[in-house]
Amino acid sequence: MMDYFLLFMGAVIVNNFVLTRFLGLCIFFGVSQNLSASAGMGMAVTAVMTLSSAFAWLVYEFVLVPFDVTFLTTITFVLLIASFVQLLEMVVKKYTPNLHKMWGIYLMLIATNCVVLGLPLINVESGFSFGKSIVHAFGSGIGFALAMVLMASCREKLRLADVPKSLEGLGVAFIVAGCLALSFFGFSGMIK
Amino acid sequence: MGSFITIVAIMTGVGLFFGIVLAFANKKFAVEMNPLIHVVEDVLPKGQCGACGFAGCAAYAEAVVMNKDVAPNLCIPGKKAVADQVAKLTGKTPLDVEPVVALVKCAEPISVASKKYIYSGINDCLAASLLQSGPKECEYGCIGLGTCVKQCMFGAITMNAAGLPVVDKEKCTGCGKCAAACPKKVIDMIPIDAHVSVICNSHDKGAVVKKFCKVACIGCGLCKKQCPHGAIKLENSLAVVDSSVCMEKCNDPVCLEKCPTKAIRSYKILELELVKAV
Repeated sequence: MMDYFLLFMGAVIVNNFVLTRFLGLCIFFGVSQNLSASAGMGMAVTAVMTLSSAFAWLVYEFVLVPFDVTFLTTITFVLLIASFVQLLEMVVKKYTPNLHKMWGIYLMLIATNCVVLGLPLINVESGFSFGKSIVHAFGSGIGFALAMVLMASCREKLRLADVPKSLEGLGVAFIVAGCLALSFFGFSGMIK
Repeated sequence: MGSFITIVAIMTGVGLFFGIVLAFANKKFAVEMNPLIHVVEDVLPKGQCGACGFAGCAAYAEAVVMNKDVAPNLCIPGKKAVADQVAKLTGKTPLDVEPVVALVKCAEPISVASKKYIYSGINDCLAASLLQSGPKECEYGCIGLGTCVKQCMFGAITMNAAGLPVVDKEKCTGCGKCAAACPKKVIDMIPIDAHVSVICNSHDKGAVVKKFCKVACIGCGLCKKQCPHGAIKLENSLAVVDSSVCMEKCNDPVCLEKCPTKAIRSYKILELELVKAV
């Protein structure tokens, strides 16, 4: 039990996907201009990451390993995640139209983003069991959402501040992200 | 060779599996949407301004097609051309669009106005107005930090050198976002053909307002008495012009000469005056 909890906390804070592993940066900088959009995007990414990593684990264990073709992992995962996101969008649009209005458009943006692909690959590399994969995926999604919400709060304030013309927009955003990442590095080594 | 076949088989298998699942899902989870909604949406200007009262152009297109009570002329930036097209597509009777533009009802820029304090903080009118109603002595006036300028997605409102926002009547589409964003509610939407307008927002009594502003409306009521058409009213020490009456009946505005502080001005030459001011 403690194992799972530590794994979850590790994924959220210590090994934060955006601020420590530097994955998913295009979404991070693209959507974090607006707090409500960031919250929506964070939810979408968490859902996609958790569900797709579950499927990816199943495909890895029951198709790739028995046939000894683990070198096909990357391309199979790409195929799987892209199809799965399409499927998810259709289901969300049909059964929960309100949810679709909130974050449906983001689903297409994260179809094969490196953060969504990187997670199952890391799961496979670390040799996690099914339960651990799911917990790790969920924690990573929450960590991603946390980083986005933090960044969005900073960026909304930055819009009204007196930023030098050459650094306006992405320039100062990168600097702020760097500072955030530095502060998250303070957690490194807390959980193996 | 053997492993090559395995690889091809697995990739084909996985690909086929997902292809079939998606094709099946496409049919089963299909959501029906009236194609007319897309046609109407194409006709709209797609500024996503919300002047129609709906959350963006797609929402308005859906509402006007599905709901027979929604009027076809709600898109103000689209003007008559779009209103007519929407009416034709949805089979509703075409109505006129009242073209409106924004007017900033303040003539004293923050740079020359008497101030309560020197403001140093977030460059935003809402933030400044939280501190004792803003740095200006006049609590109804424009603070000049440009929240309205940031809101305009058509680039129609700009800050002049003195610190007063100026509206470009050509670019203004009348969407009303600047008026909604202003914390002092100094921006009003008026018909583009208005003859005169009161450029003051102050409800303070004359004796009070004279102390800190030379061009404010003191609520003396001379304009109201002089107007032969009864188009001007006094509301809480501020003159208010009824544009529809004024535009319909008046050819020679007398109010312009009688105002002691020149708070009521000819709308046609207003822009030039304000840009030249100070």
